Amino acid sequence: MYRYSEFDRDFLAERNRQFRAQVERRIAGSLTEDEFKPLRLMNGLYLQLHAYMLRVAIPYGTLNGAQMRQLAYLAETWDKGYGHFTTRQNIQYNWPRLRDVPDMLDALAEVELHAIQTSGNTIRNVTADHFAGASADEVADPRPVAELLRQWSTDHPEFQFMPRKFKIAITGAPNDRAVTAAHDIGLRIVERDGAIGYQVLVGGGLGRTPMIGKVLAEFIPADDLLPYLEATVALWNVIGRRDNKYKARIKILVHEFGLENLKAEVEKEFALRKPLYAGGKDVALLDEIKTHFAAPEFETAPTDAYDVFYATDPVFRSWADTNLSEHRAEGYAIVTISLKKQGDTPGDATADQMRVMADLAERYGHDELRISHEQNVILPHVHKRHLPQIHAELRAAGLATANIGLISDIIACPGMDYCALATARSIPVAQEIATRFEELKLEHEVGPLKIKISGCINACGHHHVGHIGILGLDRAGVENYQITLGGDGTEDAVIGTRTGPGFAYDEIVGAIETIVRTYLGLRESAEETFLQAYRRVGIDPFKAALYPETKTRAA
Amino acid sequence: MPRDFTPKVITANHLLEGDVVYLTADDRWTRYHAEAELITDEAHAAIRLLDAERQVDTIVGAYLADAKDGLTGPEPTHFREVFRTRGPSNYAHGKQVEL
Repeated sequence: MYRYSEFDRDFLAERNRQFRAQVERRIAGSLTEDEFKPLRLMNGLYLQLHAYMLRVAIPYGTLNGAQMRQLAYLAETWDKGYGHFTTRQNIQYNWPRLRDVPDMLDALAEVELHAIQTSGNTIRNVTADHFAGASADEVADPRPVAELLRQWSTDHPEFQFMPRKFKIAITGAPNDRAVTAAHDIGLRIVERDGAIGYQVLVGGGLGRTPMIGKVLAEFIPADDLLPYLEATVALWNVIGRRDNKYKARIKILVHEFGLENLKAEVEKEFALRKPLYAGGKDVALLDEIKTHFAAPEFETAPTDAYDVFYATDPVFRSWADTNLSEHRAEGYAIVTISLKKQGDTPGDATADQMRVMADLAERYGHDELRISHEQNVILPHVHKRHLPQIHAELRAAGLATANIGLISDIIACPGMDYCALATARSIPVAQEIATRFEELKLEHEVGPLKIKISGCINACGHHHVGHIGILGLDRAGVENYQITLGGDGTEDAVIGTRTGPGFAYDEIVGAIETIVRTYLGLRESAEETFLQAYRRVGIDPFKAALYPETKTRAA
Repeated sequence: MPRDFTPKVITANHLLEGDVVYLTADDRWTRYHAEAELITDEAHAAIRLLDAERQVDTIVGAYLADAKDGLTGPEPTHFREVFRTRGPSNYAHGKQVEL
């Protein structure tokens, strides 16, 4: 993985020194909150419902063991012993005190981590496929480009005060695990005539106006990527709307200005910017970055130990069936560690659990960890002969839940338990749904099903692209939950459709059960997934089950 | 016609700790909702909010929140304000254990 250069280290040390001074001036009273707020947001520090919250970037979701240990250290030293992994591959600390934040940032810098541009109207942490460099279906590893984008966008002088935030995601595989179509810019690495290039999607996003990204360019050659992106962001930065924050994202520009007009203007801007990159320094830098991401030396060894456990231990087999993915190297597997134990808070890990995962990565996983936007942790490179031992240690740490991609593997934003913007709670809804289906013993029978919950219209919980999406709102002073069905966050991205009126807090779990039982009753076979069945029959059978009284009244 | 004024308390977050505080009638910031000053007059509310907003070295983001008279003092009426009095529902380590 990427190791900081002297420049990176100096930059971060200077930035942290500046922020320490800003905090001191705020506490001393020489900065007002209005003056301080943009400064703290640029450094990832929010003020939430009950406390400050520090959002730390995990660039493209990649960590090594030492970094994960340091995250545990922060959780224990300056928080309440845990951290929350987010839907943008970041980690949030929910309880820091203002005075401690500069020390937290210095501790992060020791392991080459920071919280820069995890907030504010800037280019945010670039997210990537959490199986990058490991999956069998990959055209190329997206992380070197993601790191190039991190360096390019960090403190980019032109892009510090944009109309609104700007999110970029990148995938190197045709199976899109990075939800690229729901980002301001989504990049998909493609191969054409033996050359690597990028399909560029623009104008995707969820929030109050959900839109699927449109193709801005089918193929941008590798050498042109940075000037092309810079041209796109620069154009939006100038002509994007600043009069209304709800219309400021690039998706609104695409919608109002038109994709073809945007393409033409980006081409003009690109022609102006390309000469600035004539020296090819960006290309040389990317080549240098690539050397940091060389694949580990995969070992060749028998997998007998794995085969024996798989054949004889049903608990291990169940976990292996749901939590392992195909690796590109013979004898290897990708392990997804579930942070979704039924009844627990989705995405939370204790300091002890972080250390267990760090330890496993160091001993058995070529010292690599990933955080997924689905709020789980991945060991991307594990030889199968180690899996029984890994499973045993995960089990001892409460981390061996076998539910990846199943109904209890729920994405949930922090909601009104923490977030100042939330209009309703998300976490307890997720906890109760997971617990209900655990009690019913239906989870494995139901099969692949993605439930995603947001506690407000900003959609951090990606509810629009959940097979079942839940949106928590405040309706006349009472929590109310709207349901959408049929959303999909993959390469075939679709925004879900609303079922109808929302449900009260004490009705929502029952409503989800009704939907799932309706699916079980109408599916053609156990192989037909929820999403396939929904696409076959449409929304009507689910509506009829959810709102029986409406039907009676109409009849 | 303007809506009738409903009783309010003044609440904010503490600058250093970030936790929820309420303004009392004798100009202290308390962690207890029941100790807050219940403001029933609109003009008085505006003045008290200005008083609160001036205290930039102690608190952040003061605002008026709906409240009602209760047995031991003012009580919140909206669920968001109820949550703010006690902390998150997924762990018992917010105000519900500290107070």
